[in-house]
Amino acid sequence: MKSLKFFLIIFFLNSSFSSASENNLKIKITKNLRCLICQGQSIYDSDSNFANSVKVLVEKKLDEGLSEKKIYSYLKDKYGQWILYDPKFDKNTYFLWLLPVFFFLIGGAIIFKLFIIKRN
Amino acid sequence: MKNKILPIILTFVFIIIFFVFYKGLQNSNIYTPKVEFKKIIPSFEAKIFDSDDKISSNQIFNREKFYLLNIWASWCVPCREEHPYLMNLMKNKDIEIVGLNYKDDIKNAKLFLKELNNPYKIILSDDDGIIAIEWGAYGVPESFLIYDNKIIKKIIGPINNIRILELEELIK
Amino acid sequence: MASLIGYYSLIFGLCSSFFIIFVSIRNFRNLNNFDNKIINLTFLQFFFVIVSFLSLIISFVVSDFSNETVFNHSHTTKPLFYKISGTWGNHEGSLLLWLLVLTLFILLFLLTSKKQNKRYRILTLLFQQIIIIGFFIFVIKTSNPFNYIFPVPDEGLGLNPILQDPALAIHPPILYLGYVGSSIIFSSTLAATSLNYIDKEWAKHTKQWVLVSWIFLTLGILLGSIWAYYELGWGGFWFWDPVENVSLIPWLALTTLFHCILVLEKRLILTSWVIVLSISTFTLSMCGTFLVRSGILNSVHTFANDPERGVFILIFLFCLIFLSLLIFFFFHNTENKKISNFFWFSKETSILINNWFMMYFLTVVLVGTIYPIFLEVITSEKISVGPPFYNKLIVPILIPFLLVMAIGPKLKWIKSELQNKISLVLFLIISFLLSIFIIRNFNIGFLINTILVASAFFLFFITLRDFFVRNLKNFSQNLAHFGFSLFILSILFNNIFSTEIITNLKIGETHVTEKFKINFESINQKNEKNFKSIVGKFNIESIDGVVEILNPELRIYNQPNIVTSEADIKTNLLSDKFMTMNLVQNQEYFNIRYQIKPFMIWIWISVLMISFGGLISLLKKNEK
Repeated sequence: MKSLKFFLIIFFLNSSFSSASENNLKIKITKNLRCLICQGQSIYDSDSNFANSVKVLVEKKLDEGLSEKKIYSYLKDKYGQWILYDPKFDKNTYFLWLLPVFFFLIGGAIIFKLFIIKRN
Repeated sequence: MKNKILPIILTFVFIIIFFVFYKGLQNSNIYTPKVEFKKIIPSFEAKIFDSDDKISSNQIFNREKFYLLNIWASWCVPCREEHPYLMNLMKNKDIEIVGLNYKDDIKNAKLFLKELNNPYKIILSDDDGIIAIEWGAYGVPESFLIYDNKIIKKIIGPINNIRILELEELIK
Repeated sequence: MASLIGYYSLIFGLCSSFFIIFVSIRNFRNLNNFDNKIINLTFLQFFFVIVSFLSLIISFVVSDFSNETVFNHSHTTKPLFYKISGTWGNHEGSLLLWLLVLTLFILLFLLTSKKQNKRYRILTLLFQQIIIIGFFIFVIKTSNPFNYIFPVPDEGLGLNPILQDPALAIHPPILYLGYVGSSIIFSSTLAATSLNYIDKEWAKHTKQWVLVSWIFLTLGILLGSIWAYYELGWGGFWFWDPVENVSLIPWLALTTLFHCILVLEKRLILTSWVIVLSISTFTLSMCGTFLVRSGILNSVHTFANDPERGVFILIFLFCLIFLSLLIFFFFHNTENKKISNFFWFSKETSILINNWFMMYFLTVVLVGTIYPIFLEVITSEKISVGPPFYNKLIVPILIPFLLVMAIGPKLKWIKSELQNKISLVLFLIISFLLSIFIIRNFNIGFLINTILVASAFFLFFITLRDFFVRNLKNFSQNLAHFGFSLFILSILFNNIFSTEIITNLKIGETHVTEKFKINFESINQKNEKNFKSIVGKFNIESIDGVVEILNPELRIYNQPNIVTSEADIKTNLLSDKFMTMNLVQNQEYFNIRYQIKPFMIWIWISVLMISFGGLISLLKKNEK
């Protein structure tokens, strides 16, 4: 058992895996954008004309010094919220983010009550 | 008492969900970015077709005239189909057609125009597709009706009989 | 001819429902033993569906284009295997598959439940018949696979070449055995609730059905992901696409249900919860079917979108929901909730807690999938919900989930003390240190990543050790949990350590980066039967001298007129090398994507382990 762990550690020491490549931010942004003419692909994944244009655009905007947020809002201005995969937490999406949390808390409450009852 | 509340709430919730889904079915699935209010046209700089000169948008669009910005490419099949309508529209003195050649090879584009004629007062080149994105377009062909530096109407897909009539109505 | 037989077979199948119902109700009411005529009739119904299904297959095989479905989805030049699998690769044909599984499972249920209470068996049959009749009507009225078209065309419209793939061909049958198979759990639960029959015996025998459904569903989802990875060309295997989510949601419900039934079997508690889950699983499957086939959602799946069909399924679905609500609240006796011993530190509690977590995961996926619909109906705003949403909500809870999963099985029923606390703490520390080492050494800055990897390692080591320490006792459970830890670890490492190089290259050019030299050596063009093939030869030399040769391919099809990119994937136990090549509009160069994806194959292997664990559990119980 211990030798197994040892082996694993050595293995990771020797491995030539590097961390994520250059253009981290560009990749992150394009993964978060929807390819509007594809069915369910991100700009990062797609090779369509539209996707390639957006990739060039993102690179240009990054070179111009725009932040990630600014790029998202630029594209949102042109195409609507639908192009962004990460739903912002605004008045439209309160329920989206909060509903699972709400159910989570309810579940917790039920279990908690179960214990309190049983304890007594 | 508690036993009665839960089923009632659940029934109520499910009825609501039912109606939402039902209504959802009626909605169209094709996403068209909304152009409800008249958006101001983007300001940009573009390369003129078949030359190295650049021109900026405020030099092209005059506030008193109607313009149709048409995004096209020689490799785009529906663009061929809509071209005759553009040739017809060119004859209308109230509107000028501005072409945006999208991700095209200049030789092929010239051949296309030679074969089908040139309705464009001026043609711009969009080699990497960025100008199209400025306009909020995502494919070819797409056209924008412009007046007073505002987008009056956006047409996605080729222009056909119905759309030409709509355009002509709006131009009057 | 085949179409005629197929169509009338469906009609006869529907008619046999009424005979089944008649004979069953009569048998229910009288005092006789179970009437074996019922089994014969059920078999007859199944037989009619098989005949119908075979007729459709035959129509596809002989390319009978007088059949509208065959015309729309087949082509004379398609290989035989894909002609056959084309049968269920479309909306109408896949509904026949639904009917097939529905009728088969109820038949198997009746055959394997001979020792059970007569009224229970009949009632299960009746509930299942409601579903079956609903589908018969749906098929015959709105999705007839045997429509005639005239004049008969010479050639079909051809199936998309992307869909001509072995994994995708068997993906629907396997998936449906799980997905649709949960119908039997639905029916038998409604029956048992009505008769107040929910007890340990019932739990034991229902568990088998849950396992069967679960194993197939797991494998079905796996096949879908494998197909996406190998075929779709961008190296991903899960996109949180609505159609994928729709298969994952019942899976989560089934997994939760399975664990609840384990508790019910031992301690007769959580009965309400078991009933709710059993009903919900199939309901969620139906809901998924609705979402995917009605056109209400936007996704990669190619089913025809038809609102009329959507309305039918919607109404049918809600009828089932209201029926279930009625039976649950009317019949379910919540009196036997007197639990004398329920201690905080016990196996039941750990299962309960992880149930809670899994239900949370389920709501995340469900809400994420359905919310855009609600928003659009109410406010006309259209939003996208993609991977960032799911990742943000799921990952934090995944951590305690893994930890509980590691410790839970070690606890005893009713009341437990943690034995070997020292070794557990030791493992925890080692896991934590190991992950810090890995993450810090490779410059990944996220705390959450570290903790997540540590939790996964913890589960990994605990279950691994249990293989040796506890021998064959609970082997199936250990295997499944171990597989899950491996699954999470593979995904994490794959995510963290994947690298990618994207560049444009002309033939003969070389792209040089810090770690690699990619040389575009040549291309080879060939004309195949229904496409033109362009294969690129790429020589990739890494900094430590290792050379790989990869040959991604471009296929230009003529029927239909599309271009697909076939990735070349070199797999080994440590990583996958993944390369695609794409044409760039109007240019002489190609766009090249080279990815190194560590531990890809372990993702598939771990899911197989999980299914295998389930299979062993199923076989073990059958032996007893």
